[in-house]
Amino acid sequence: MPDDPHVYDLIIIGAGPAGITSAVYAARQQLDFFIITENIGGQTLWSSDVENYTGFQYVSGAELVTIFEKHLKSYNINLRENEIVEAIEKEGNIVKIRSSKGTYLAKTVIVASGKKSRKLGVPGENEYRNKGVFYCAICDGPIFKDKDVAIVGGGNSALDAAMQLVKIAKKIYIINNTNSVSGDNLLTEKILNNEKVTVLNNSNVKSIEGDAFVKKIVIEHEKEKKEIKVEGVFIEVGLIPNSEFGVILKKNEKGEIVVDEYNRTNIPGIFAAGDVTTVPEKQIIIAAGEGSKALLGAFRYLSTTK
Amino acid sequence: MSKIIVYGTPTCPYCTRAKEYFSNKNIDIEYIDVASNTSKGEEMVQKSGQMGVPVIDIDGSIIVGFDKEKIEETLKV
Repeated sequence: MPDDPHVYDLIIIGAGPAGITSAVYAARQQLDFFIITENIGGQTLWSSDVENYTGFQYVSGAELVTIFEKHLKSYNINLRENEIVEAIEKEGNIVKIRSSKGTYLAKTVIVASGKKSRKLGVPGENEYRNKGVFYCAICDGPIFKDKDVAIVGGGNSALDAAMQLVKIAKKIYIINNTNSVSGDNLLTEKILNNEKVTVLNNSNVKSIEGDAFVKKIVIEHEKEKKEIKVEGVFIEVGLIPNSEFGVILKKNEKGEIVVDEYNRTNIPGIFAAGDVTTVPEKQIIIAAGEGSKALLGAFRYLSTTK
Repeated sequence: MSKIIVYGTPTCPYCTRAKEYFSNKNIDIEYIDVASNTSKGEEMVQKSGQMGVPVIDIDGSIIVGFDKEKIEETLKV
């Protein structure tokens, strides 16, 4: 993997609504830049119904991503997909990025890497990923027709997953580590009254076990261990920002990158936008707006810094 | 011409994107909905050794997930 010695004006990390909007603005400003991203669309891809993106009364997340991508690709943009940023450093006035495929230099960087599903951190979770352990009930739920499954978590996303799975699975265990599930009242009521659903409060998953595929989970409830036979485990314990690589960046207690109203981070030349930041609301339209602000900030920085 | 089978579920965004990818390239595929066809679902699990969707079978080469790089590599060979 050779190092690229060229110093770009800008590198954008991420291609969700924030990164794509930054890129569209950057292309229109004719900056010398490229995008590094794991995928196109980010979390937007997983949104089933979007009804609050101006100009669209209703659009699915996947459709919106296709439209974003088409807009992006109408410019001649260097897009490096399936590439993960591992480290970001600043040397003098130059930002250095190390990825899974190489190292790159730029005068400015916009971090728009979004969020990802939080892991549970129990034995068996990584081993059985896609072999019974899933993070998206909408996508992977349908294969569990008439089978027993567990959902780990007790918030809205866990209850949403339960709503999906009651239509498919035979029996659904919700493993929640607090006193009670805490979703929207209507949703909670619907789930609790469904005869297929058993909610186990004050319970923690200790391990996920099986042979080639998941066969059971071991949970602890009031200091007692108990085995539950399930073939699918859906983990819905929230989201964490993709900010681990930004060691030099100031973050809050949630790991979100601290930005000011111009999307500047604590490091001059490094900007951040969207769900990976401390921006108060996490919405597609807000991420897109933040992406445009971050690019305008970076453009201003480029025109005033040597 | 390669024989391409895409196994997916109606609600999985990467399945939709995989289908779009092939249709944009005018490549014919056989799409199998494993949510409504349990035996085909088992076939997918057997072929790929895992249960996540989509699974793409290109002349017997199995690609798990919508991995454009791998698809392009496999199609070139």
